[in-house]
Amino acid sequence: MPTSTNVWQERIAIRTLKGRSISRGQAEGEALVTTQSISFLGSIDPDTGVVVEKGHELEGKDVTGKVLVFPSGKGSTVGSYVMYQLKKNGTAPAAVINRSAEPIVAVGAIISDIPMVDCTEPDAIDTIRTGDRVRVDGTLGAVDIL
Amino acid sequence: MYLTQEEESILEGEHGPTLKKAMEIISTLGDIYGADSLIPVKSAQIAGVSYKTIGDAGLEWISDLEGKVVVPSILNPAGMDLERWQEMGVDAEFASRQASIIEAYHSLGVRCECTCTPYHIDKELAAFGDHLAWSESSAISYANSVIGARTNREGGPSALSAALIGKTANYGYHLDENRVPTIGFEVDCKLTGADYGALGCLAGAEVGSGVPMFRLRSKPHDTELKALGAAMAASGAVALYHVEGVTPESGQQEFPDETIIIERRQIDDVFDEGCGNEPDLVALGCPHYSASELEEAARLLEDHTPTKEVWVCTSRRVRDANPGLVRRIEDSGAKVFVDTCMVVSPATDRFRCVLTDSGKAFKYIPNLCGVGARIAHINECLAGEDSD
Repeated sequence: MPTSTNVWQERIAIRTLKGRSISRGQAEGEALVTTQSISFLGSIDPDTGVVVEKGHELEGKDVTGKVLVFPSGKGSTVGSYVMYQLKKNGTAPAAVINRSAEPIVAVGAIISDIPMVDCTEPDAIDTIRTGDRVRVDGTLGAVDIL
Repeated sequence: MYLTQEEESILEGEHGPTLKKAMEIISTLGDIYGADSLIPVKSAQIAGVSYKTIGDAGLEWISDLEGKVVVPSILNPAGMDLERWQEMGVDAEFASRQASIIEAYHSLGVRCECTCTPYHIDKELAAFGDHLAWSESSAISYANSVIGARTNREGGPSALSAALIGKTANYGYHLDENRVPTIGFEVDCKLTGADYGALGCLAGAEVGSGVPMFRLRSKPHDTELKALGAAMAASGAVALYHVEGVTPESGQQEFPDETIIIERRQIDDVFDEGCGNEPDLVALGCPHYSASELEEAARLLEDHTPTKEVWVCTSRRVRDANPGLVRRIEDSGAKVFVDTCMVVSPATDRFRCVLTDSGKAFKYIPNLCGVGARIAHINECLAGEDSD
């Protein structure tokens, strides 16, 4: 099966994604990937870590302990504090990877000690699949797919 | 971004965890926006005060911080008058959480004066050319446009970080090249009072986060400029605008080639929008009224007994400096509330339709309070009441 061999080789070839450090620290977890932006205020229940936004690709999914991979933040600046509350409640993602960081999620990750990386090469959303085991180094700006 | 040795040592945690986090926030935002270095700020104005907006999450974060701010720092409006909250109809649990937020800021050395118009109470906070870290959208617009100071649209955490470090990252509106107008507006009629708020509603929606420059047929007062900027920051994300021949940097700027004409009819249409039913609250003072605006309200309320609830929102400092005006307003039955406003207080939520002279309140009340709103001139807001 030449096709699957190619896919396998490609997956081996891009095990490390180089990006930019946004929030320091290291974490490892199972990836949860979406192509849609996330507003932490109103879209994620801080008590359970479950995505409650109607119609969102991740609706009903639990972000707790996951490496959350999404394009960018959106919505209210209060979202930064919601990330802090998730962390306090033990329902926060283990790490965050964005295509392009904006201040709400960047500030939220920093105040909450959640490692965060953006602008990876190759693109994280195209490369990482939900369920992949991923290690994020927010200090170096690196992502390893294990 | 370049950091000095001292800034690096703060980032490495040598000055404690709170300053480390503050420096991480400032330097990361600097990296995201391509800043070259940090610059000192004259003052900070910190949003994220109302319990209604930041909730338990925000309270927890602020309470966990340690240390003291190093530049004059002042707060945005809270969710209630810190003394007369019961009269506003705010419940005791909300009041208790709100008091905890204020106490947490107080322990960080922040001046617990809660206002969106810090420039009305202390001229030392911002002067022409000063770099600031302000976060209330209308105050940002006033500081940049009317005073000629320089601030980005900081979030609550980044403004507090700047207050603790005394610096912010040098990007955006701190730089000359980002203060150039991107679009022109020619207004083909004379404007007065709430017309400026209505114009702001129209222009903000057109320009988004650009820098508009206006050519007007009338010469606005500072309070009218305040209303214009506040409305544009609510209907768009405008942080800076120029008015030809009026605002301090307008002389250095060319009027843009790309220009939108605004006609009287469009302004009038804004006054016809919004809730159709009879308003049950008149809310004035968004942004917080100055002494001259209180004076006008007092004059219009003379010999009137309002048939519906009337709130006039201002800062505690302006209220305390004008006891005679406050007495005249309150003798009519209207209430002068301080530290808060109709947009950030949960007390607004029990009404059905709010009549206001503010373009900003008109834009925000339906979304933030779930209540209808309509904009009118102040004399219409206070007219139609029983005269005795």
